[in-house]
Formats: sequence, C-alpha cells, structure tokens
Amino acid sequence: MSMENKVPVIALKDVNKSFGPIDVLHDINLEVRAGEVLCLLGDNGAGKSTLIKILSGVHQPTSGTIEMDGNPVVFDTPRVASEKGIATVHQFGGTFALMSIGRSFFVGVEPTKGWGPFKVFDRKKANAIAVKAVQDFGITRIDDGDRLVGGLSGGERQSLAIVRAVHFGARVLILDEPTAALGVKQASHVLRIVNQAKKRGLAVIFITHQVMHAMAVGDHFAVLIRGAVAADFRKGEKTREQITDLMAGGETMANLEAEIENYMQSHDGHPPAAH
Amino acid sequence: MEKLGIDSLLRRPEMGAFLGMVFVAIFFSIFGGILFMSPQGIASWLNVAANLGIIAIPVGFLMIAGELDISVGAMLPAASMTTGIISGHYGLPIIIGILAPLALGAVVGLINGFLVIRTNVPSLIITMGTLFALAGLSLFLSVYFTNTTSAAITAPDWAKAIFGSFIGGTYQILVIWWIAISIIHFYFLHLSPWGNWVYAMGGDKISARNAGIPTDRLTIGLFVLSSVSASFVGMCQAILFNSAQVSAGQSYIFNSIISVVVGGVLLTGGFGSVVGIVFGTITFAIVNQGIYFTNFDRNLSSLIIGAMLLIAVLANNTFRKMALSYTRKKKA
Ligand SMILES: Nc1ncnc2c1ncn2[C@@H]1O[C@H](COP(=O)(O)OP(=O)(O)OP(=O)(O)O)[C@@H](O)[C@H]1O
Ligand SMILES: [Mg+2]
Repeated sequence: MSMENKVPVIALKDVNKSFGPIDVLHDINLEVRAGEVLCLLGDNGAGKSTLIKILSGVHQPTSGTIEMDGNPVVFDTPRVASEKGIATVHQFGGTFALMSIGRSFFVGVEPTKGWGPFKVFDRKKANAIAVKAVQDFGITRIDDGDRLVGGLSGGERQSLAIVRAVHFGARVLILDEPTAALGVKQASHVLRIVNQAKKRGLAVIFITHQVMHAMAVGDHFAVLIRGAVAADFRKGEKTREQITDLMAGGETMANLEAEIENYMQSHDGHPPAAH
Repeated sequence: MEKLGIDSLLRRPEMGAFLGMVFVAIFFSIFGGILFMSPQGIASWLNVAANLGIIAIPVGFLMIAGELDISVGAMLPAASMTTGIISGHYGLPIIIGILAPLALGAVVGLINGFLVIRTNVPSLIITMGTLFALAGLSLFLSVYFTNTTSAAITAPDWAKAIFGSFIGGTYQILVIWWIAISIIHFYFLHLSPWGNWVYAMGGDKISARNAGIPTDRLTIGLFVLSSVSASFVGMCQAILFNSAQVSAGQSYIFNSIISVVVGGVLLTGGFGSVVGIVFGTITFAIVNQGIYFTNFDRNLSSLIIGAMLLIAVLANNTFRKMALSYTRKKKA
C-alpha cells in the first residue's frame, strides 16, 4: 500500500470525556486508516456511543485531541464533522421513512433543472443517480427511486444510508450497531456493504455487540470496558471465544456461566438482574 | 411527470381527501337539492374554503415539517382589527392598514419560530401561549383605542377590488387569491428543492440538520408564513365586510387542522401534499355549508365533520400503508 495509507485518517489521542462528575471515557487512543475497519466492541454502557458522538461532533472531548490525516481538528457541531467527511449511520439509518428513495438520497443537495428562480427538483435525475449508486453496491433489488424508504427492509435502509454516505464523499464511516435489529440474512447484506465501503478506501468504525459480525468485516478490534480501551488487537490475533470473553468484562465465558449457575442456586432459580 | 395508473394514484397522499370530497359533494347534491348546485350554493362553500384554504396550506406545511401553529386563531382577528383601527378608526391611508397587519403577522411568526427553536417546548404549547397572549392583547388594545371591540372601515375602491369584493356579486375575490396562493405553494413544496427540506425536517429533524438543511431558519420561515397568511385573510375580511371584530377567528384553529388532516397530512409530520390540503379544505367547507341546504338539523354538521375526520384519518392511514408497501411490479 502507498505511504499516505500509513497516516490514520482519523485518530483519537488521550481523549477523556466526563459529563459533570461522571467520567465516561478515559485516555482513549484509537486510530483508523483508509480501507480499514475498526470494530468497537464493549458491553452496554461501556462508552461506545459516547465515543462516536465525540467523533461525529455531537460531544466535545473534555481533554485530548482528534486528528485527521495527522492534523488536530475540532468538531464543534455535527455539521462541521460531516463537512470534514465524517458520516454517521445510526441504527435506523437516519433515512426519511416517508420520502422516496430518490428524494431522501439527495436531502440537502437536491439536483435541480430549469432556469433562474424557476428551478425545480430534478426527480428523474435524483432517482437515476440514487438507484445506480445503490445498485453499484450490489443491491439490485432496489430499482425504483420513487419507492418510499419506509417500505424497504431494515437491511436495505441501512445499506441505503451507507451508500449515501459513500456517494457524497465520506472518508470516515461510523456505524452504530447497524446490524443490531437485523436477522441473519439482512445483517450479512449490511456486512457486505461495509466490506464494499472498505474496499473503496473508507475508514470504517463499526460498533457491534455481535462478535461474529465484527469478525466478518474487522481488520482491527478495540474492546471498551467501563470507558477505557481494555484490548486493542488486529485480525487473527484472537479467537472468537477470547473476544467474547473480553467483551464480557475480562472474565471467561466459562467463569460467567459458573457464576450464573451459582447465583441461580442461591436465588431460587432466578437469573441475576441485568445491570 | 408521474406515471398515471390507478395504483400510482392510490399511493398519493391526497387520495383519501379526493374520495372524501367527491363523496360529500355527491351527498349534498342529493340532499341539498337544486339550490346547493346553483352559483349561490357553490359560492357558499367556495368562499368558506378560500378563507380557510389560504391559512390551511401553511398550517399544513408546518405539520409536514413536524410542527403545529394554532395561534392563527388569534392572528386573524388581530390583523382584522389592526386594519380596522388604522384605516377605519383613525382614517389613515388604506395602504398602512394593509401593510401593518402583514408586518404584525411577520413579527408574531418570528416570535413563534424563535420560541420553538430556542426552547424544546412543543410548538402546540408555544403557539397556544401566543394564541392567548395575542387574543388578550388585541382585546385590550381595541378597547384602549376605540372603546369597543369592533371597528368600522370603508376601504377605497381599488383596495376593495383587490382584497375585498365579490365577483359577480357572489364569489369572494379571495377565491382567486386562494387559487394563486395554492399554485405558489404547490411549486414550493413539490417542485422546488426546498420542498424536500420540509419533508426531511418532518421525517427526522436531526438527520435533516446533519444533512446540512438550515432547520432553524426553515422553521422560523414556516411560522412566519402561517402567521402572515392568517393576517392576510384577516385584513381582506375587514376590507370586504367593512368591519372588524376582536372575537372572530377561533374557529380557524380547528377548521384548519381538520382540513389539513383530512387532506392526508400526517399529524406527526413527514407526509402530505398541497393538493390534498386543498381537497381537505373543500371537503370541510362543503360539509360545513352544505348542511344549510338540506332538511337536516344544522347541529348535525359537527357530527358529520367529526365522523368524517375519523374516517379520513383511517382512510389516510390505509393509503399511506399502501404507499409504503408499494413495489413496482416486475415486468413479465
Ligand atoms: N449525556 C450524558 N450525561 C451523563 N452520562 C452519560 C451521558 N451520555 C452517556 N452517559 C453515560 O455514559 C456511559 C456510557 O454510555 P454509552 O451510551 O456511551 O454506552 P454504550 O457503550 O454505547 O452502551 P450500549 O451498548 O448500551 O449502547 C453510561 O453509563 C451512560 O449512562
Ligand atoms: Mg450505544
């Protein structure tokens, strides 16, 4: 790979975040290069969403810096982050359910035709470009830009949002649990799209609870435990079981199972309350 | 433009409103007899529809954008009184009596818009606040300036011709205004690129903002549009009827919302059309006025409107589901 590929597209340096007295993130150091997928793993409340909100300009770090291409940057607002090429896709895609595929694809950058003040939205062009962009990613089932986004499957909606981000020149793609609500087939659909985005040279940050999904696309893995990076390793360095154990907070799955067993015995068969 | 097949028509937001309009038109033609279809009969509902329709479209825009504006109910009489006091009571030139209420409308719209974007209070509550504040203020100022709650005004011929006259003695000039304004709004919402922003904002405000849409400015702009539209109707009414009353207009709150919802706009935003709102307004006006041409007790008109609203909402939900589940049939 080329030299410039060595400089991370985006990097966090000693980032801390607290909300008043609550410390949520401690000394986070992470980086993602072009054409690479970083999987961010961690239990509920570990701080994953807070971390990506910092990357997308929703929150500002309490201390520490964000660097893009080796230069420090400040994302005051989500707008600033998206102008610098950071695209965030949330669980339901951030797409507009009751708008057509063509219209929602071009929200904010509507193509127009016509003259002077009498510009009109170019529906044909919008539909054609949107459908082509989606089909280029291998989603051939979408062939009509007039269809409403809300009529697509969950996986197609996610994919549409990712394709949109790529089409409009995103350099960093942040996906917050894009496969969480999806069945096996739909999820593999989305994972394929993630792989495509990576092949096109985007830096991808992929948050998930599902180790299988992470292993399917990840080049690089970071496990967050209570706001700190507890493990940081590359593809092939750890087995699925080891990753699962890490995510469960450093304990092995076998220990955890034994613990639950014990708990149930001493609490009349009730499983421990989730916390 | 669009392919015109039955199935594509059924997926449009205005379909329910269209069927409702045809139904009530036939219904009252049968039960209202020959008079309902006479020029006077048509004028009776068309005039109501024009007054209401000019306000209903911007109220509908706000609803599509995910907001509500009920302060139009106080804006209309406040504007009317402004014209009455300025050009009637004080006899100042009518041009001031025309522009002042429109400026007042812009100010009220700005206040509504700013409060909505600066606070996280739902716009229903904020415009309820401005509704009462404005109603109280107009009552106070009317009594303060004129010692009464109404004002007489005689506008010059040119002003009457443009804003407040009857065409052929029956149709209000406002009908023409309504048609022209509907066309402009149609262009804005459905053809211009800005219409997309309104839908996007109502669909998902945060995503719309992240996509670069100036949601704050758009919100303020839409509130100004609805307030100015209500002012415009109030000003025209003062010129047409040669008088203004403080207490006219509360009915526009519900009537505009009913027209918009019957017209297929989704109360929670993101879906609707100008043509639908126009159909919804006509449907409402026909039921509202048609009852006087029948032998039915006129008190039944509210019952019919209530039932119609419920049926329309259910029908619109069905049509929206059809639109969502639509896939183009594979070519054989
Ligand atoms: N605005 C806030 N104010 C105070 N505390 C917050 C705020 N946002 C998040 N937190 C806290 O920070 C911690 C991490 O939350 P975060 O949402 O980042 O976790 P997560 O890893 O995304 O969890 P999940 O897997 O459940 O989505 C939680 O304990 C949460 O209560
Ligand atoms: Mg989260």
